[in-house]
Amino acid sequence: MAEPILECRGVSKHFGAVQALYKVDFEVRPGEVMALVGDNGAGKSTLIKGIAGIYPFDEGQVLFEGKPVKIHGPKDASKLGIEIVYQDLALADNLDVVANMFLGRERTQNRFIIDESSMEAAARETLAGLSVTTLQSVRQVVAGLSGGQRQSVAVAKAVMWNSKVVILDEPTAALGVAQTRQVLDLVRRMADQDLAVVIISHNLHDIFEVADRITSLRLGQAVDLFTTSEVTQQDVVHSITAGEMKFVPGMEKEGV
Amino acid sequence: MSTPSTDEVPSAAPKRKDPTTFAEYLQSWWLRVQSGDLGFLPIIVGLIIIIAIFGTLDSRYFSERNFTNLLLQMAPFATIAIGVVFVLLLAEIDLAVAFNSAVGGVIMTLLLRPDDPGLPWPVAIAIALAVTTFIGFVMAIVITKAGVPSFVVSLAFNLGLNGVVLILMLEFSNSGTIRIADETVKDISNAFLPDVWGWILGLAAVAAYGLSEAVKYRTRSSQGLPNKPFGILGLQFGGLALLILGAVWYANIDRGVPFVMVVLGFFLLFWSFVASRTRFGRHVYAVGGNPEAARRAGINVDRIRIIVFMIGGFMAGAGGIVLASRLQSVATNSGGGDLLLNVIAAAVIGGTSLFGGSGKVVSALLGALVIGAVASGMNLQNVNAGVKFVVTGLVLLAAVLIDALAKRRQAASGVR
Repeated sequence: MAEPILECRGVSKHFGAVQALYKVDFEVRPGEVMALVGDNGAGKSTLIKGIAGIYPFDEGQVLFEGKPVKIHGPKDASKLGIEIVYQDLALADNLDVVANMFLGRERTQNRFIIDESSMEAAARETLAGLSVTTLQSVRQVVAGLSGGQRQSVAVAKAVMWNSKVVILDEPTAALGVAQTRQVLDLVRRMADQDLAVVIISHNLHDIFEVADRITSLRLGQAVDLFTTSEVTQQDVVHSITAGEMKFVPGMEKEGV
Repeated sequence: MSTPSTDEVPSAAPKRKDPTTFAEYLQSWWLRVQSGDLGFLPIIVGLIIIIAIFGTLDSRYFSERNFTNLLLQMAPFATIAIGVVFVLLLAEIDLAVAFNSAVGGVIMTLLLRPDDPGLPWPVAIAIALAVTTFIGFVMAIVITKAGVPSFVVSLAFNLGLNGVVLILMLEFSNSGTIRIADETVKDISNAFLPDVWGWILGLAAVAAYGLSEAVKYRTRSSQGLPNKPFGILGLQFGGLALLILGAVWYANIDRGVPFVMVVLGFFLLFWSFVASRTRFGRHVYAVGGNPEAARRAGINVDRIRIIVFMIGGFMAGAGGIVLASRLQSVATNSGGGDLLLNVIAAAVIGGTSLFGGSGKVVSALLGALVIGAVASGMNLQNVNAGVKFVVTGLVLLAAVLIDALAKRRQAASGVR
């Protein structure tokens, strides 16, 4: 099996007195879908924001392709090939699909003038590669798209930049049945193209459909790492709600 | 992106429905209109209705003299409104444009006074534009750095600049009026092109449009991208050519094409290019549509805001100079009256959304034409100023309602 492309070793993060993450190990390999599950406040968002470089981890190491890296901001993460699709998608409703996919990274002819046709061609290619067939036109304004289509555009935007790791935050939370289907298919296809995909979700049904492995967090600690085919939803629910904690925060310091 | 695995590709061929024939294109356009993407449809329909109404009320409305007068009247409004369009694209507002334009006009006029200091006209105009642009810059700094809404900041500047105009006028004139002492500057809004030059520039504009469309067509087909069907391209080209050359022909029957139309045409082309073809323009639309998305995409949102308010100040100054040239003087009441409302109304009537992120530079021209067409028709009817305000207000209300309804339609069609 492939080596992990992204690996967190014993990362911790606290906000004031709150220990949001404590010595968490996390990894994802190319070509796999890794689900990150946990109850509210378990530390899922803290973990991905740390990976994205929104804030630094207090301790622990992040390894990318086996080498330790320091990610100081979203730009560093993009440079490595880590793209995050946040829950609100961050699309500009008034711009068309192409403009959104290239927002902030427009191709230009001489630094100022936008090279529309080459951008459009690249956008079409990316969407076709992901088999996104539900869009009528890449020149459609995003305001007129359905939730599933928007998610597809946001994902395609993340995939386009030679990214190697794509992290999806609750990609199906606001979607209906058919649209959830579209997005899950999309997630599967990304992994089939050898991308490493991390999916955060509360919906175990979705996770069991697409994920290869599952990391469960509880109260800031990684409690279990499952291989999806070997466990039932019941096991995962148990892990999320009553998984065995490896550390009791503060225990080490007091030497108990 | 890694290449898709081979067994993936055949089924991946997207069944996208890009319109390829004339009929299909019309159909997809009508679908867009129905889902709230109206484009210039309402304003063109509105303009036709206005012209039809006033034309039947008084046949002088269609006279060549009335047409050239309309162009002369609306040019300053359209010039200032270009800057307003940029500010509205960010969902901000600049209530200081009118008095900022007056500051530009007054400063230029003062600098041109013979021997006091009697600067050459290019220098006087450059200094005036620099001052109004700087005023826009200062406003933007307060808005972005202190986080105060632009409505309040520009309201304060509106009052303050009104004061500045009064102080300057009272300081340098006894009668409350200063005449412009330079023939070239007076010619900006009072000279007419010789017939030949009107035709040459008109044809050049049409040819330039045709050329840019042809280049676009070639690059798109060389990249294997779908193009608009020939019928549509021909219709658009023919329509524009007819409009421009028809206007030249009609103006030439009277005194010729007003020189100010060359100035306005240059500004419209330049700023349209900036808005629709440059990274900066794209980022303006992005910030107006979703500032948070723009910020996360690495766009410096504050920098965009500052530059846009500077554009607003620059175009206000340019419009102030055009207006001063038309009146051949500046006065204590420069920038007052209904100037502010007319320029903001022009941008909105032209189809620029108050909610930000949608609108085109050319809407400044279309809106100013509507306001000018209403005013000119009212003048022929000899109605008093009150009625004129009421009608202009109703047109503005209609424009805002259409904008709001279109937005609602778009939001509704998003969840189909």
